[in-house]
Amino acid sequence: MSDLLIKNGHLIDPANGVDGPMDIHVDKGVIVKVGKKLAVQARKIIDAKGMWVTPGLVDMHVHLREPGYEYKESIKSGGESAAAGGFTSVVCMANTDPVNDCASITEFILEAARKASPVNVFPVGAVSQGLQGQTLANIGEMAEAGVVAVSDDGKCVMNTALLRDAMTYAGMFGLLVLEHAEDHDLTTGTHMNEGPISSELGLIGAPSVGEEVMVARDIALAEYIGGAIHFCHISTAGAVEMIRAAKKRKVKVTAEATPHHFTLTEEACRRYQANAKMAPPLRTQRDVEAVRKGLADGTLDVIATDHAPHAKVEKEVEFEKAPFGVVGLETAVGLALELVRTGVLTRTRLVEVMSLNPARILGLDRGSLPPGAVADITIIDPEVEWIVDSTKFRSKSCNTPFEGWTMKGRASYTIVKGKVVYKNAD
Amino acid sequence: MASDMALSGKSLVSMEDLSADQIMQILSTAALMKEISEREVKKAPTLRGRTVINFFAEPSTRTRTSFEIAGKRLSADVINISASSSSLSKGETLKDMAANLQAMKPDLLVARSPHSGVPYMMSQWMTCPVINAGDGRHEHPTQSLLDLMTIQERKKDMEGLKVTILGDILNSRVARSNMIAMTKLGMIVTACGPATMLPMNISRMAHHHTTDVAEAVRGADVVMALRIQKERLEGCKFPNVREYSRYFGLTAAHMKHTASNSIVLHPGPINQGVEISPEVVEGPWSVIMNQVTNGVAVRMAALYLLLGGAQPQV
Ligand SMILES: [Zn+2]
Repeated sequence: MSDLLIKNGHLIDPANGVDGPMDIHVDKGVIVKVGKKLAVQARKIIDAKGMWVTPGLVDMHVHLREPGYEYKESIKSGGESAAAGGFTSVVCMANTDPVNDCASITEFILEAARKASPVNVFPVGAVSQGLQGQTLANIGEMAEAGVVAVSDDGKCVMNTALLRDAMTYAGMFGLLVLEHAEDHDLTTGTHMNEGPISSELGLIGAPSVGEEVMVARDIALAEYIGGAIHFCHISTAGAVEMIRAAKKRKVKVTAEATPHHFTLTEEACRRYQANAKMAPPLRTQRDVEAVRKGLADGTLDVIATDHAPHAKVEKEVEFEKAPFGVVGLETAVGLALELVRTGVLTRTRLVEVMSLNPARILGLDRGSLPPGAVADITIIDPEVEWIVDSTKFRSKSCNTPFEGWTMKGRASYTIVKGKVVYKNAD
Repeated sequence: MASDMALSGKSLVSMEDLSADQIMQILSTAALMKEISEREVKKAPTLRGRTVINFFAEPSTRTRTSFEIAGKRLSADVINISASSSSLSKGETLKDMAANLQAMKPDLLVARSPHSGVPYMMSQWMTCPVINAGDGRHEHPTQSLLDLMTIQERKKDMEGLKVTILGDILNSRVARSNMIAMTKLGMIVTACGPATMLPMNISRMAHHHTTDVAEAVRGADVVMALRIQKERLEGCKFPNVREYSRYFGLTAAHMKHTASNSIVLHPGPINQGVEISPEVVEGPWSVIMNQVTNGVAVRMAALYLLLGGAQPQV
């Protein structure tokens, strides 16, 4: 008898051109067979009637905070939060303490994940030592230890010469540079988007052009050296347009967008709501529309959460003192499904941007479910209504701007290597 | 004795919180309060038994003293807490601070902070009314009220007055509160300053804006010069103080082109010879000392009305 049969579900597997009723037969952590009305015996049978069955969701941009900031999140709690949100894999950024800029830290993260995380954890190494933007981190040895990309996320690589060398050097090890595009000379001391609302609130604003000048620079650089660049959390209409134009010219550029940037505007910062403070900041309705359109037409390849936990007390301060970032793992599916319901994305496109594309961009053997593939599977109930209550989050932190929102749709089962690691009990 | 409860129990965080009528109500109450200040015994029993906490997270002798005198003249118990930002950063969050202040059961909190939004946040976390005594780059409503009182004393009817606000419009909470209030009261506001110090959305905040001081003050009934924070701005928003004063300092020569009987205001403290020349400060236009006197009166009025007073016994 085999391990698992998922039946009566609606399988969406864009890599294999599947979008219809299909059963999945899993044994020993891998897909054995995908087909209609499979008649197999299994120790566990999941009836996925009325649900979508997708390749396990991949979040290519999270902050797990371990090592160094375990009071905000740990590899265990972040992994559990991911599982509860329907993600089977997370890609964690290097801005821990110590920074993941050498093999021993990479190994520590992978070992901690093996012991404690219910989902796959793929670490990102730093571009520069200590994220200082001065000298290259030990990219080769980190590649060997298991990082899947390099990024100074949280900071932009301001030194263009260093970025050029990082792209070239990391490329040698098959690693992509993930760029947090922000001209810090234009944005230091800023707290939200620059515009009428920042002016009204008396807060110094970050201009959209602070993102766009770096996107323009990086595209020019990638085009010149023939290298690849990936943009994290694109937030402005201008940046979307530049990436669209670059892709037309066949520049090797990919990009992601966060649920908060395709859902909220700078209005959310009113009343000094520190849970609406993040970098890049929430922008205008025009930018929100542009990000949605970018996701729909292929300009933006990925939805990633930029899950950035901070302790409650860290946000209960003056807006200007509050740290940047919001949690996102447990609300992403609900917010992304809203894009499907409103006709922005097809459900196939949704699975592309939340599973297939991030896996392909990073070269992970995930994102599709052919026979022989690792059985990382997400089962989504697209109709269930629920209310965001951060006290129920698996994450250690509750800094969400979506508290109290009514969402439609969430993960019912999260399955990693054939094992159910999360089942929605509500 | 008619009692007006419209302002009772409310917080005063932004001039947006007040209607034109409410502004006029505070100003007329302030005029009565000013009489108390001119008596030999400068004290009324009106707020006896009420506790006002002055919570100042930014040093400010003037504004704090003004609130303290205002409270004491109305017989309130006034307690000053100067929380330097360092004691706040020692592990205590703003919310903790609000809880501590709440536990002292004040009837009203006066809050000042270098950070925009603090008085608003305190008003959300505490049950008593909160008066914003200046927060970051955001607002300074009682400064605006004392400016308006000073203008009203000289000009009577405020509608249609031409007002020029000169200086660092971008970072000034005084300018922000005044632009909101003055446009509400029907004044015609011109903002003037270096282009680096005019907010991008200035056309939504003031009727006119220019970088030419001579043009800005021509025909003005009221000119308000703002303090330049030279320590913070020199070298980035303008090259140096000498160049600032050359292009943006208010001089007697400028005042010759203003309307007859024009007045000059300055929120203080003044950088003499930088944003304003000594001959203007000491000249016939200056109502700067009246502003200080009126500061006590408008704060008495604000305390009184927010604490739900009926017609004051004067
Ligand atoms: Zn980032």
